[in-house]
Amino acid sequence: MLAFLVRRLTGLLVVLWCVITLTFFLVRLAPGGPFSRERKIPPAIEKQLLARYKLDGTLWQQYTDYLGDLLKGDLRLSTKYRDRSVNELIADGLPVSGLLGFTAFLIATGSGIALGCAAAWRQHSFLDRASMLGALTLISVPSFVIGPLLVLVFALRLPWLPVGGWNSPASVILPALTLAGPYTAYIARLTRSSMLEVLSQDFIRTARAKGLTETAVATRHALKIALLPVVSFLGPLAANLLTGSIVVESIFNIPGMGGYFVNSILNRDVFLLSGVVIVYCTLLVGLNLLVDLSYTLLDRRIQVYE
Amino acid sequence: MSKPANTPATPPGAWRRLIRNRTAVASMAVLGLIALLAAAGPALFHTDPHGTSSLQFAPPSSAHPFGTDLNGRDVFSRVLEGARISLLVGLSGALVSFLIGTTYGVVSGYIGGRVDGFMMRTVEVLYAIPRLILILIASFVFDPLLKTYLAGFWDGQLVGYSKILILILSLGLIEWLTMARIVRGQVLALKNQQFVLAARSLGQSHLRIITRHLLPNLMGVVVVYLTLTIPAVVLDESFLSFLGLGIQAPQASWGSLLADGAQVINPVRSYWWLLAFPALLMSATLLALNFLGDGLRDALDPRQRK
Repeated sequence: MLAFLVRRLTGLLVVLWCVITLTFFLVRLAPGGPFSRERKIPPAIEKQLLARYKLDGTLWQQYTDYLGDLLKGDLRLSTKYRDRSVNELIADGLPVSGLLGFTAFLIATGSGIALGCAAAWRQHSFLDRASMLGALTLISVPSFVIGPLLVLVFALRLPWLPVGGWNSPASVILPALTLAGPYTAYIARLTRSSMLEVLSQDFIRTARAKGLTETAVATRHALKIALLPVVSFLGPLAANLLTGSIVVESIFNIPGMGGYFVNSILNRDVFLLSGVVIVYCTLLVGLNLLVDLSYTLLDRRIQVYE
Repeated sequence: MSKPANTPATPPGAWRRLIRNRTAVASMAVLGLIALLAAAGPALFHTDPHGTSSLQFAPPSSAHPFGTDLNGRDVFSRVLEGARISLLVGLSGALVSFLIGTTYGVVSGYIGGRVDGFMMRTVEVLYAIPRLILILIASFVFDPLLKTYLAGFWDGQLVGYSKILILILSLGLIEWLTMARIVRGQVLALKNQQFVLAARSLGQSHLRIITRHLLPNLMGVVVVYLTLTIPAVVLDESFLSFLGLGIQAPQASWGSLLADGAQVINPVRSYWWLLAFPALLMSATLLALNFLGDGLRDALDPRQRK
């Protein structure tokens, strides 16, 4: 167990280092820097600016300096949001995106599993067909269509919910629904097919032969095993919620990490960009690790950490 | 279960099974119609998708069946141009991912042993990286570089296509991982079967074994997965274009058209045609591709039928 954790955490560091290096050099490769404007800045001022943001010296020197600062937990200053450190910006944005992502996660897993079970419960019924057609439609319609549609109906035609922004607890509802949509559908499909497979196995017949009620068979015996493929999808789900939230935040004008990400690319804000990417990567790899650990809780026969 | 060396690539009756699947046939019809409209659009309707007029936000009429946009451009011809670009990027991106994924998977599975272990670990590390986020960075960085490079050819006529080229390459470069895994699994299963051993004992070269015996047997799985990769690439492209980091104005893709439509939603007037028509066409295409993929899987791989 301990060896497994150590190996996975080393893996995390390797991935992080690769991504930081890639981002750092890729952004510097593009023509134009964070301070290039239409009007040329005097060379003396440009030199001062570069020194302030530690962008002077050879590229290699900058790179090693940056890695050193990162080890100390310093993500440096943003070149666009003047005088604000990347640490502060992320401390502002991460809770917002985190709440949005977590709500979407709860909606997607909760309603996805419930829908999938219901469909498997009455296979070939109207409920089954309707929910699976609905699921495929939700997968095929991109979130940036669903989002504006929801706004049009529930914020403009029916003034129930805010159009966008992040002012009241109600403002999380529409973005979270938009973000959760396709993944609800995906989880419902996954749960249905895995539930159908489990329900046809011998131990389920045994459970029924013992005289258990159908509800007890489904909840206590089948569901636990049927959820395994769903759990293995949770890792990719986390990744998709992270990237999906970039679009959703831009639709609903939410001040989270997604906005920082897009703007930092457009503004060549090197340190903000790599700060955001570091947070994304850590979240992603960390969540994947949690998912792997949770396998063993669901099925004792699986030993991932060998 | 051994197969003779001259096993046909598709199981017998695959085409018949596909034709009998009504959803798959309907999907093919829809895709054919959209592709035809996209390809023949400029020849059939002589409206310039970039031609502006003073007719702002005109609702659908006989002159402009899908209405006009902010700059008085005809939305119908813009949606068709969007279809051309989105489908082009989707198809070629999927093709790039197919080439890389198949080669990688065949090499990894065929050589086996340590090489296989190393190649598969690499894939796992790449899985852990938030790929769409790297694509955003890469397409932003390489586009200006390619533009300056392309400016040297044919009086710079190719410069406008730089972004499309970058999108195709970078999307193809990230979507190959799953394809590689699937192909490798198939090769591992196939390479120890008797018809391959027979070919080897006859003294055939590795290249010949791969091209004549392994690849034809892989094609079924690969075609199914290719059909499912196209909607994924189309969706990714529209995601980038929606954020303003993909196709650049005045060129249009479905994603950028939807972004335009989402921007002008307001409480007073909803210019619904700007959102509805691109969304409808894009969703129909993605839905048809997903249905066709499901149908192909049922037809080509009878063992997996549910």
